[in-house]
Amino acid sequence: MITDLQLRWMAGGVLALLTVSSAIGWLLVRLRGENATLRNLNARVRAWWVMVAVFGGAVWSGETATLLLFTLISFLALREFVTLTPTRRGDHRSLFWVFFVITPLNYWILGTGWYGFWIIFIPVYAFLFIPLRSVLAGDCERFLERTAKVQWGLMICVYCVSHAPALLQLDIRGYAGQNAKLLFWFVLVVQMSDVLQYVWGKTLGRHPVVPTVSPNKTVEGLVGGLLSATALGALLWRVTPFGPLEAAGMALAVTALGFAGGLVMSAIKRDRGVKDYGSLIEGHGGVMDRIDSLCYSAPIFFHLVRYYHTD
Amino acid sequence: MIAGLLSFGVRLFTGATAAWSGCQPSTRQRLYFANHTSNLDAVVIWASLPSEIRERTRPVAARDYWTAGPVRRYLAHRVFHAVLIERKKPTVRDNPLEQMVDALGTTDSLILFPEGTRNSGPEPGTFKGGLFHLARRRPDVELVPVYLENMNRILPKGEMLAVPILGRVRFGVPVVLEPEETREDFLIRCRAAVIALHGESEAS
Repeated sequence: MITDLQLRWMAGGVLALLTVSSAIGWLLVRLRGENATLRNLNARVRAWWVMVAVFGGAVWSGETATLLLFTLISFLALREFVTLTPTRRGDHRSLFWVFFVITPLNYWILGTGWYGFWIIFIPVYAFLFIPLRSVLAGDCERFLERTAKVQWGLMICVYCVSHAPALLQLDIRGYAGQNAKLLFWFVLVVQMSDVLQYVWGKTLGRHPVVPTVSPNKTVEGLVGGLLSATALGALLWRVTPFGPLEAAGMALAVTALGFAGGLVMSAIKRDRGVKDYGSLIEGHGGVMDRIDSLCYSAPIFFHLVRYYHTD
Repeated sequence: MIAGLLSFGVRLFTGATAAWSGCQPSTRQRLYFANHTSNLDAVVIWASLPSEIRERTRPVAARDYWTAGPVRRYLAHRVFHAVLIERKKPTVRDNPLEQMVDALGTTDSLILFPEGTRNSGPEPGTFKGGLFHLARRRPDVELVPVYLENMNRILPKGEMLAVPILGRVRFGVPVVLEPEETREDFLIRCRAAVIALHGESEAS
């Protein structure tokens, strides 16, 4: 269990923010009457309460709980991803391995602290294993395409996402026993960047960044979201192992990567002709819709911290 | 209790959400007919129904499969209240049509797979005549087409282990038997109603 004072302050701040958001949502409905945008906004805020409770509860409970939560997140995201991927009968056994063996094993290896094996387990061993298991089923039709899609799903939903809880494993100089705070800071900055991009985009957004991929991602939303989330990350520099300027740089890096993740995952959705990956989180869509920014930012953030702040 | 847990578990694992695009859930007597690709099919439709409807909805299933082994027997009799029919060699005593009419009674609904067997192709196979005879014998029962999506990916024919891909159960507009309609025409129309729901899933 974590009893860090700064972590409590951050959690308190998030709860205060949620309370204010709920109040604003309620007030807007009272003043303007309910419409589709407000309904969606309020559903999003309600879902945030649940997500904050689950994530906060797991981080507070310690490393095992955090790893279990991220295993579940990866599992649910991969499920949404594979559902959208037109796999064939010959992939059935490979998929069973992917869901029930490779995914849990990735997190289990991470939990043992054996960094050298975890970092190559999916990109090397699973990468070579999946086509082998599929080829045994004897179906050559679109073989490379099917295999590549399963590998891609595994890389994005499991390997990349698992870099977030991997932050707990790093021996950061002068920061022993405080890694949970860094994970909280990272997830907070990335998710707040999504929220702020949404807010800036809804209020000022005019010019889509890539109109054919997502008309809702605008230049105004992007710039406003990135700058305000970077400011937030910099303001919270005391909870991180970084100085104020470095915290701002890190925040800018993870928010920009988060945007990139959202854009790439949108292109996949658009190609498959769907709006959301799933319907598990009311107002947000699926799990994958909520963590698309983490997929891109977690691995790079992990390696930046590892390169600059560990021996 | 077991029924509740089981249907919750099935919904959790298959992620099968019910989409009532052509009719609303109702306790009136219905015959749900669907495409058949997986052993999960009957259970998934049954589990996707609201509990008060589920309690009086009985899957029509193959006796040889559901009486093999104590677990299947228990589930078929005690949990699903399945109507077990003889599909290999029906006799006068074991006439599936009479069994289904008896099972409907005055309150219950049935889940039926008119193809008679699981099909691994992209579209359902030809429908057997039972659906037509039931429609004639019981014109008061609503015939609801159902399209099951992704069940063959979750648990394909010939596999023991299921994969947690998300499924969907789509309920369509009830089909009504026209007064002069022939058996063939009616069955073709019913099959088309199921296939049309597949198109609807692709579009949404």
